[in-house]
Amino acid sequence: MRALRVVLAEDSVLLREGLTSLLRHFGHEVAAAVGDAAALREQVPLLRPDIVVTDVRMPPGFSDEGLRAALALRAELPDLPILVLSQYVEQTYAAELIDAGRSAGTGYLLKDRVGEVSEFVDGLVRVADGHTVIDPEVVRQLLDRRRDPLHRLTPREREVLGLVAEGRSNAAIARRLVVTEAAVAKHIAGILAKLDLPPAADDHRRVLAVLAYLRG
Amino acid sequence: MTPRTALSAAATPPWRLARSAWPWRSLGYLAAGLVPAALPMALLFGIELLRPGRTALIGLLVAALLVVVAAGPLIAGFDRRRLRLVDTRPLPARPPLRLREPGTWREIGYAVLSACVAWWLDLAVVLLSLLPPLMLISAPLQPSGPGAELPASPWFTGMLCAAGLVLLPLTAYPITAWAGARAAIARAVLAPTDTDLVEVMRSRERLAAGFDSERRRIERDLHDGAQQRLVALSVTLGLARLQVADVHPVAPLLDDARQQTAAALAELRELIRGVHPQVLSDRGLAAAIRDIAGRSPVPVELDLRLDGRLPAPVEVTAYFAVNEALANLARHSSAAAGRVAAWTQDRRLVLEVQDDGAGGADPARGTGLTGLADRAAAVGGRLLLASPPGGPTLLRVELPCER
Repeated sequence: MRALRVVLAEDSVLLREGLTSLLRHFGHEVAAAVGDAAALREQVPLLRPDIVVTDVRMPPGFSDEGLRAALALRAELPDLPILVLSQYVEQTYAAELIDAGRSAGTGYLLKDRVGEVSEFVDGLVRVADGHTVIDPEVVRQLLDRRRDPLHRLTPREREVLGLVAEGRSNAAIARRLVVTEAAVAKHIAGILAKLDLPPAADDHRRVLAVLAYLRG
Repeated sequence: MTPRTALSAAATPPWRLARSAWPWRSLGYLAAGLVPAALPMALLFGIELLRPGRTALIGLLVAALLVVVAAGPLIAGFDRRRLRLVDTRPLPARPPLRLREPGTWREIGYAVLSACVAWWLDLAVVLLSLLPPLMLISAPLQPSGPGAELPASPWFTGMLCAAGLVLLPLTAYPITAWAGARAAIARAVLAPTDTDLVEVMRSRERLAAGFDSERRRIERDLHDGAQQRLVALSVTLGLARLQVADVHPVAPLLDDARQQTAAALAELRELIRGVHPQVLSDRGLAAAIRDIAGRSPVPVELDLRLDGRLPAPVEVTAYFAVNEALANLARHSSAAAGRVAAWTQDRRLVLEVQDDGAGGADPARGTGLTGLADRAAAVGGRLLLASPPGGPTLLRVELPCER
């Protein structure tokens, strides 16, 4: 696993320290750990990290400053992978984030996920590698809905799309579901057809499929 | 129940009304109305005595009008006092006597009306009510003999007299009712009730706003306190687990602790969302409704025509209304589909939640709907519900919304 240079934005000192030591434990470098959105906006263009990890809610307003800072950074540096940590299962935030840029890696994870340290760091690396990682809880909530055009998907296809949304490759999905990779490819082709996504660059369509979920 | 006003007394059965003090009090009330009439009466006598020229007459009329206007507050004070005869409900305090005070001008207007017109009507009603029975009673005293209108049979005049006596108690009705109506007008003009209602509304708004800011405070405390600590704890536990081999006896305990922390975090997250939804303050009502609809186990179609932000109390009330309505829909309606519509119209926010379920929703059975109605009322709105047995159910919330 390659070592990443991370800029971390989190206002809770306790959690900032915890995350820093967690990332160091896995051999990554924390280039800066800041406590508010303004410092994040300032540091990232200077330090040019491999990935930004930011909380949604931060001072001074304690509303969604972190997310807004992430969106602003995305506008400035379209290739910068961003992982947003949130306490909220809000599809609005996740959809805004993915909408802002489809070329760079994007992640929206619940803070709960941080406790699953290996999985969390695994997700971090996948985002840095340009994948889209959406928290299983957010995805699960979206999958709970039986709404057009998603209700046309079979349960198995929904399961596959859920794993796609988590940023997994076909091989990883095949392992997880204990099926062949060809079967996974078939499911994904079915999903893309049902979601009315015509053939184009393959990776891009996977993200569009995830977006279709997020928007409902 | 003993009536508190002449108007409600007029609705009691005749035998009770005639025996009560209300007709006498009403008569007293109307008679006292002649006191302000002294002014225009004096004017009429003055004109009759002096027979002034045209300029003098105009001058006299203007002077009389000025006297009535100046005496306005005095007359109004007198009217408030005499109101107690026919209306035992307490009156709110009198507004201060100031030229800028709208109450002062209302009093003066009332005094002019009272002195120039109302007493005349009072007198007419009393006289017209009393005239028929008094005429009948006076039948034995009427001139008799040849050329008289009525035959002078003592038996017949006795009959008429008796009929008059029977009719007399019935005059209690028109007199009491008229006095009651006059008192209601006097009360409406001299002590309009909307001032205290506005005060009540404001205090309810303050309570609701206080409640909301308290919810925000609790949400912030939970988010910045317990939730962050739990996340930090789960990180520490996760790191600790990495240090321990899978076969170590502590490993399952650590896994267990991590699972429990995760469960606590999930519960806390739901709790916080119920206390105050962050997406509402960040992204407004439309995003928050989309979010609730997204959680609904019953598919919900949305038709949201809301642009920009609405005042915070309106957004919060509307949010909890939709939340409660969709929770009811999922729990009780056995509906297959729902629909939420929201739009602003005539400075109102209108929300409609519909379903195709079994209907029969009854506010009396649960606290949810009544709580919703109370919340809507606190910001000056209202809640309408149509839910016939067999369905469908339509819930409509209207909230005033100044933008």
